[in-house]
Amino acid sequence: MSSNLKKEYQRWKEETLAQTLSKSPERKEKFTTLSDHEIERLYTPLDVENLDYKNDLGNPGEFPFTRGIHSTMYRGRLWTMRQFAGFGTAKDSNERFHYLLKQGQTGLSVAFHMPTIMGYDSDHDRSRGEVGKVGVSIDTLADMETLFDKIPLDQVTTSMTINAPASILWAMYLVVAEKQGVSWDKVGGTTQNDILKEYIAQKSWIYPPRPSMRLIVDMMEFAKDHVPRWNTISISGYHIREAGSTAAQELGFTLADGIGYVQAGIERGMSVDEFAPRLSFFFNSHSDFFEEIAKFRAGRRIWARVMKERFGAKNPKSMMCRFHTQTAGCSLTAQQPYNNVIRTTIQAMSAVLGGTQSLHTNSLDETLSLPTEEAVTLALRTQQIIAEESGIPATIDPFAGSYFVEKLTNEIEAKALEYITNIDKMGGIIEAIEKGYPQQEIGNASYKYQRQVESNDKTVVGVNKYIDDSKQEVPILLIGEEVEKVQIQNVTKIKASRDNQKVEACLQNLKQAALGTQNVMPFIIEAVREYASLGEICDVFRETFGEYHDPKWL
Amino acid sequence: MAKKLRILVAKPGLDGHDRGAKVVARALRDAGFEVIYTGLHQTPEMIVSAAIDEDVDAVSMSVLSGAHMFLFPEVIRLLKEKGAPEISVFGGGIIPDEDIPKLEDAGVAKIFTPGASLKDITDWVASNVQSTK
Repeated sequence: MSSNLKKEYQRWKEETLAQTLSKSPERKEKFTTLSDHEIERLYTPLDVENLDYKNDLGNPGEFPFTRGIHSTMYRGRLWTMRQFAGFGTAKDSNERFHYLLKQGQTGLSVAFHMPTIMGYDSDHDRSRGEVGKVGVSIDTLADMETLFDKIPLDQVTTSMTINAPASILWAMYLVVAEKQGVSWDKVGGTTQNDILKEYIAQKSWIYPPRPSMRLIVDMMEFAKDHVPRWNTISISGYHIREAGSTAAQELGFTLADGIGYVQAGIERGMSVDEFAPRLSFFFNSHSDFFEEIAKFRAGRRIWARVMKERFGAKNPKSMMCRFHTQTAGCSLTAQQPYNNVIRTTIQAMSAVLGGTQSLHTNSLDETLSLPTEEAVTLALRTQQIIAEESGIPATIDPFAGSYFVEKLTNEIEAKALEYITNIDKMGGIIEAIEKGYPQQEIGNASYKYQRQVESNDKTVVGVNKYIDDSKQEVPILLIGEEVEKVQIQNVTKIKASRDNQKVEACLQNLKQAALGTQNVMPFIIEAVREYASLGEICDVFRETFGEYHDPKWL
Repeated sequence: MAKKLRILVAKPGLDGHDRGAKVVARALRDAGFEVIYTGLHQTPEMIVSAAIDEDVDAVSMSVLSGAHMFLFPEVIRLLKEKGAPEISVFGGGIIPDEDIPKLEDAGVAKIFTPGASLKDITDWVASNVQSTK
């Protein structure tokens, strides 16, 4: 059959195609994806000749999970609609959470302000000007109690975008649950807790890589024994892509990070199936519709094979690449901001067609500020329309078998595997990070892309084409300077009214645990229960582990 | 021949999103300026002492964390205090339109907002930054 097809394809090229091309050439000599991957004019059965349905795709819910991790996918249950939110004080954010839940959102996702992310209290000198600006300020358990006021933690799952101090925010969340009378085995959610991608892309680190990995493995171990429904790490490609990587780099570096965490867990003495089912992923969905769908499918296939073949996982749950997706913040433009609604819609469709487990759709105003309530509602409605009007979720993995999508899935898989192989050769992801390999690959890709936009090789509507000088005004959310004053008062009051002797004792115990090899989680929990602040606990670790500084690579 | 202008590209505050700062730093370098990059998480004090030690003509800052109303004026204040008011300060980031005149009043020479092209930035530097020597 294949030789007939080849002949037929050749004939079409020489007769029909050549005739057309002789009269009217194509618009461009070369067509590429957003990541500069070359796309052919036409894909035929010849491109997927070697595709083996059972081994390469499999049915959904079965190895290698290319078609999806559940056997019914969205026919059984839609993806979780989870809008990332947080700003101002805990009280401000609690109100936004109640609003989002009332609008039909099905999970919470907390954005923290920069001081919390970097392990400083709001009253620290380094926090000046930053309090409550890009997320909610959390200094002590008291703030966390306010943040989840009247939100039953056995009924919602919460994702927390927190990395270097993840263990502390998780401890606070667990104590809030306890105070609500919810036992830890009923608490579900996710801490991002992916420090490796911080060194690679987002750059919100506190301690050096190796002690940071120890904290993460402590959390994995604690979850296994006490909080079985918690996703301890959300291994994140999102920030790698936002930093300017290509789709294949996003996939390759993220999965290499995943391999790093699995190795660390095994080195601690856990068996792979004890902790791997609680690892989840977080990807970006950018504007190239098919490239993204192919990326998601390739990601599931690579992870399943890595877990089974490299790590000997037996539990299928260990092999499933479960992931959250966020549409691409970096694709949004300040010019003609209403165009962002369309970009987000296309990106969200890729995520759903790629089989995501949960989704955040960006709001149209996010290049200008945090989203207003109106903007975030429109972003949520985008998901609801895809879910309930478009018909997309009615069947599983509808692009399977497309000559193009299968070929592209194979190609992105191959490119991602090449990055993983390079990292293996360097001795693993930590060594690769220390050499600056992923950082420099991403830096080069991002500069190349920016140059392509400047030379009009890549179109950004409203920026380098179809420019319209009349300004579209959109309302934006401003965070007032009074937030800083209020929050400093809040934390000052707590620090004055708690039992400071007990706090000091807890911090001393924590320090001893950190210096030794004991799991630090129970000590952090004891400290937060006594209202030790985030900054104080991070200081204990800073003294013990030291701080990491930027290698200043350009 | 005139001495090459020296520009300090700085990333102040706690935010780690350095894609913009790095792309601008590379573009300035490719446009023929001498570029020094501070790296991340710099306090205003660190930036001002680097600017003086490196003897730069301008400081370019990228702020995406909403802390621009503190960080820009603070760097300008410290430059004056340390006797280097001639060093020009410009920058960019997620900065609402209504904050721009306030920053200009505080002495910021130019603010670039999302979507500014690299050429806009390098052209502006070429025609507006003066050698402090």
